[in-house]
Amino acid sequence: MTIETDLAPTAAPTGRVRLAAEHVRLAYDERVVVDDLDLELTEGSFTAIVGPNGCGKSTLLRALGRLLRPSAGQVLLDGRAIARTPTREVAQVLGLLPQTPIAPEGLTVGDLVARGRHPHQSWLRQWSRDDEAVVAEALSWTDMADLADRPVDALSGGQRQRAWISMALAQGTDLLLLDEPTTYLDLSHQIDVLELVGRLHAERGRTVVVVLHDLNLAARYAQRLVAMKDGALVASGSPHEVLTEQLLADVFDLEARVVPDPVTGTPMVVPVRRLR
Amino acid sequence: MSVTASPRPDQRPVRSGRTVRIGPGSASLRWRDVAVPVVTLAALVLVSAVSMGRGDFPIGVGDVLRTLVGLGDGPQEFIVLELRAPRVVVGVLVGLALGVAGALFQTFARNPLASPDTLGLTTGASAGAVAAIVLTGGTSPGAVLGGLGIPAAALVGALLAGLLLFLLTWRAGIDGFRLVLVGIALWSVGNALIDWLLTNAEIYDAASAYVWITGSLNARTWDHAVPLATALAVLLPLSLAASRTLGALQFGDNTARGLGVRLAGAQTAVVLLAVGLVAFAVSGAGPIAFVALIVPQIAVRLTGGSRPPLLASGLMGALLVVGSDLVTRTVLPEALPVGILTAAIGAPYLLWLLVRGRRRSTL
Repeated sequence: MTIETDLAPTAAPTGRVRLAAEHVRLAYDERVVVDDLDLELTEGSFTAIVGPNGCGKSTLLRALGRLLRPSAGQVLLDGRAIARTPTREVAQVLGLLPQTPIAPEGLTVGDLVARGRHPHQSWLRQWSRDDEAVVAEALSWTDMADLADRPVDALSGGQRQRAWISMALAQGTDLLLLDEPTTYLDLSHQIDVLELVGRLHAERGRTVVVVLHDLNLAARYAQRLVAMKDGALVASGSPHEVLTEQLLADVFDLEARVVPDPVTGTPMVVPVRRLR
Repeated sequence: MSVTASPRPDQRPVRSGRTVRIGPGSASLRWRDVAVPVVTLAALVLVSAVSMGRGDFPIGVGDVLRTLVGLGDGPQEFIVLELRAPRVVVGVLVGLALGVAGALFQTFARNPLASPDTLGLTTGASAGAVAAIVLTGGTSPGAVLGGLGIPAAALVGALLAGLLLFLLTWRAGIDGFRLVLVGIALWSVGNALIDWLLTNAEIYDAASAYVWITGSLNARTWDHAVPLATALAVLLPLSLAASRTLGALQFGDNTARGLGVRLAGAQTAVVLLAVGLVAFAVSGAGPIAFVALIVPQIAVRLTGGSRPPLLASGLMGALLVVGSDLVTRTVLPEALPVGILTAAIGAPYLLWLLVRGRRRSTL
């Protein structure tokens, strides 16, 4: 059973740039984390940002999602400076899932996912038929419909992450930014979450940017990897182009073999030892 | 009005509430969100009527209600409308303002301990009032309490404390945890100021200042009620209108922004609304303790939602203030200021919250 709603898939990859960073410098107070970085994200792409701890990948994602204002340069959403676009308009196009989102105590899964409609609602129109149809579909699409009346704080880690992804889906945005969505999850739930994100991309045509720690999973699910080190963009391209033994040595200080993943054929990192 | 449980009978309802759609408007309401305010309002009307009937010249509840709708006789009308109604009306307005302000602060800070009492706002108001009483010196308690000088001083004190709270907490936005910490610091500074003023005060001034600090509805007239009612007529609708945004703010700064909330503007609006409500409430009846702290938590347990309901918190605040005032005037052997009873209820409740909080964190 499918219901035609505005969750419907967007266009196939066109190469049109949806989100771009232009010469951005990102800093917390005086401490510059990222400097003079350029990045373009095209319609329908699935990009994973990888890099060692503290390389600035989450900071970059925050800037792309206008949670952090660049101290120099700018972020463009559909060619328009995101800092000067009303945040409600941004929220109708770009959804984001922070690293450890907070759900209020006692909130049910259905009410959480319904909150995703916030940018489409007004004080008078708080729960329209559209909202209801979209939320119902987001719930069933993420296999959360049966848990709709359960409190979010009673869910397991994996289910909770599904609920948040369901909320992001209900927001109905073309672009989706996820900050380490697999943190604190065991391997099978990591796969579960990434399969779900992969389906959002493949079946729903979402443009996805995800910060990931696990290189093998990043190579398996993303079409494009962006590697960062010390706040700079070091490499960008398909997993095969980016995940080389030389890059692992340069970026991660890691001596490793790169072999084809026996399941998918994507590059797989087998660590040997830490360099230096 | 159409009430539909679900558009597709084969599926379970999505939300915890029932869908209500009237014309272009729509909402998801749980029955308890409606029932709790309605029942509270009924109880409030009843307790208010009983309160207006009690005194040296007792009047039955029926006669009080008849008088209120304009059907009473001359003497009853004078006693109810001129002598007793102002006290009850001020109590209702103060309770409404404190309840709503508490719900705003607790939702915003995501912390049940955040309230005007713990954030130093009522202390600021007290410091203002005590300064007015002590520094003008030698004025008889009746004259000072009758005039509007002390309410004005309390209002200024609360607004100053609110301004300091805001400025010291603000760092490109307001963090709920930081708000509570700054508030506790302001609270102790305000108390030190009050202690210093009282230590240097004449004994009669100190006594009248002390009554004020406790929070009392004694000798309230329509002159107290009118400015309070005017302020609430503006601040309450704005607070209720902020409810939807408050629901998004509850999810933390990042998610709220992701949902399209203009964070800095929304945070500023919520804090200013709450500070304004507290300032007027405290200037009306003194810092009636703990109402803003306990009422939102009781309301959220009764409605069973994920955050304190604004309207129900306001009505329950009114019920608590008017009810406590009735008890202190009639049941207790001596007529005590209402603030003593609310403190007596509130302090154990605060301890219970803290103990419960610790248990939960060690689980």
